[in-house]
Amino acid sequence: MSEEIIKDVIIGENEEYIINMGPQHPSTHGVLRFEVCLQGETVKYLIPHIGYIHRGIEKMCEAITYPQIIHLTDRMDYLSAHINNEAVCLCVENALQIEVPERVKYIRTILAELNRIASHQLWWSAFGMDLGALTTFFYGLRDREKILDIFEESFGSRLLHSFIMPGGLMHDVHPNFQKRIKEFIAYFRKKLPEYDQLLTGNIIFQNRSKGIGLMSRETAIAYGVTGPSGRGSGWSCDIRKIAPYSAYDKVQFNEMLETEGDTFARYKVRMREMWESMNILEQLVDNIPEGDYTAKMKPIIKLPVGEYFQRVETARGELAVYIVSDGNKTPYRIKFRTPNFSNLFVMNKITSGYKIADLVAVSGSLDLVIPDIDR
Amino acid sequence: MKNEDFGDNEALELLNTLGDNAFMTTIDNLINWGRSNSVWPLTFATSCCGIEMMAAGASRHDFARFGIEVYRASPRQADVIVVAGTIVKKMAPVLKRLYDQMPDPKYVIAMGACAVSGGPFFYNTYSVVRGVDHVIPVDVYIPGCPPRPEALLYGVMQLQRKIKGESFVKPDKSDKLL
Repeated sequence: MSEEIIKDVIIGENEEYIINMGPQHPSTHGVLRFEVCLQGETVKYLIPHIGYIHRGIEKMCEAITYPQIIHLTDRMDYLSAHINNEAVCLCVENALQIEVPERVKYIRTILAELNRIASHQLWWSAFGMDLGALTTFFYGLRDREKILDIFEESFGSRLLHSFIMPGGLMHDVHPNFQKRIKEFIAYFRKKLPEYDQLLTGNIIFQNRSKGIGLMSRETAIAYGVTGPSGRGSGWSCDIRKIAPYSAYDKVQFNEMLETEGDTFARYKVRMREMWESMNILEQLVDNIPEGDYTAKMKPIIKLPVGEYFQRVETARGELAVYIVSDGNKTPYRIKFRTPNFSNLFVMNKITSGYKIADLVAVSGSLDLVIPDIDR
Repeated sequence: MKNEDFGDNEALELLNTLGDNAFMTTIDNLINWGRSNSVWPLTFATSCCGIEMMAAGASRHDFARFGIEVYRASPRQADVIVVAGTIVKKMAPVLKRLYDQMPDPKYVIAMGACAVSGGPFFYNTYSVVRGVDHVIPVDVYIPGCPPRPEALLYGVMQLQRKIKGESFVKPDKSDKLL
């Protein structure tokens, strides 16, 4: 038998076949379906199918008032719940031209950074698990519980708080708030080097992540890949720097950039962001000004007729809120530009040509939250 | 199963032994002891509740104390499916298929308000299935949005009590009891 026949018929090297990954697959982090076209073991192309958790949040928002919308945004990207709340609140406050008290701005920024650390810890745990390192799961979630304790003490819930309201906060934070954050920073500064010892230097991990899923800066811009995934390709896209909101103009921090654009670069950006978030927290936690926890708001919030836009930096990228108001207490149309939606569709571009085993590593490094994609 | 029966295992054992000989009961008890302490869940989470399920399995709450330790990625190896999160109409057939693929005996825990009833927020949406019990039979409901990991542990303990009341030798009897 000639070599060609062996390749064609017996091994089937030139044959295409399509496999489904998901909707129930542990490394899709939810219910996402990839239709993967394989040639041998190499991914030829990949089509993401979304909608398995489409809950119609945008349509629901047209029937409910602005303070009620806050509760739905929690459930989009549940790992950056505070930051999602903040986006809608900032948009409403801009529309009403309300100046919120300084105390509110500081507390919001602190909450956003705490949330970012918690989100990155969970990502680190899950990313290690995707690549077969189960211990990361226990290390990451052990430290994440410390942040959830701070949240629980002040807001009474662990994951979804709906604490930030249009005009300020729902109520004042717990008296122990500052003390607990300082304790956490002291604790986590000792624990974060453990993460590096455990996973970053691991040769198996490096081999599976270096040079995999290369995304050039042009690709990132063309597909609108924001957040740590975009910054791993050298695209400076941090909304906290470009268009500072809340108290980000009062703190000194660096935007984390890596130029390699591979899976390991995206990993490094997130690890460095955790350090930087702690720096931001340290600058803010001692300087929370005294004052009211909310601005004076009318009981029924009605936005003037017009279109309003606000963007914030969540743990996964740029979240933009676009509200069209016709003067009623409910929005005429609300549109969320969620980071994960854009980050997902670059998958086809950056996984084509790599092996099927690398697909898991690449999708893990993009840190997808599926309800944020489908809304 | 009533809440007040929770710490009271004797009532259940009495019910279990009625009309059976000692040999069959011993076999049943042995099988139920083994089954109830090695409930393997399916790795299945659609939204926010999945994060609390992960937290329940992680360091602080430590699911493994109750034997519900090994998360299985394949439904063919799983005993219990914890429906953590909203089920929408596009997902419902997939969930049904996953349930059908699990080997008997199989159990379902509906975790969170979305799985129990469609949720406090998503009840009125066009796309959401209002309670996972429209698709598959549910053994234990855990309310909350999302429930705390302790609530999930409590739900798992209730499921274990339910398993302990079953009869492997006479399957009809367990239907009458529960």
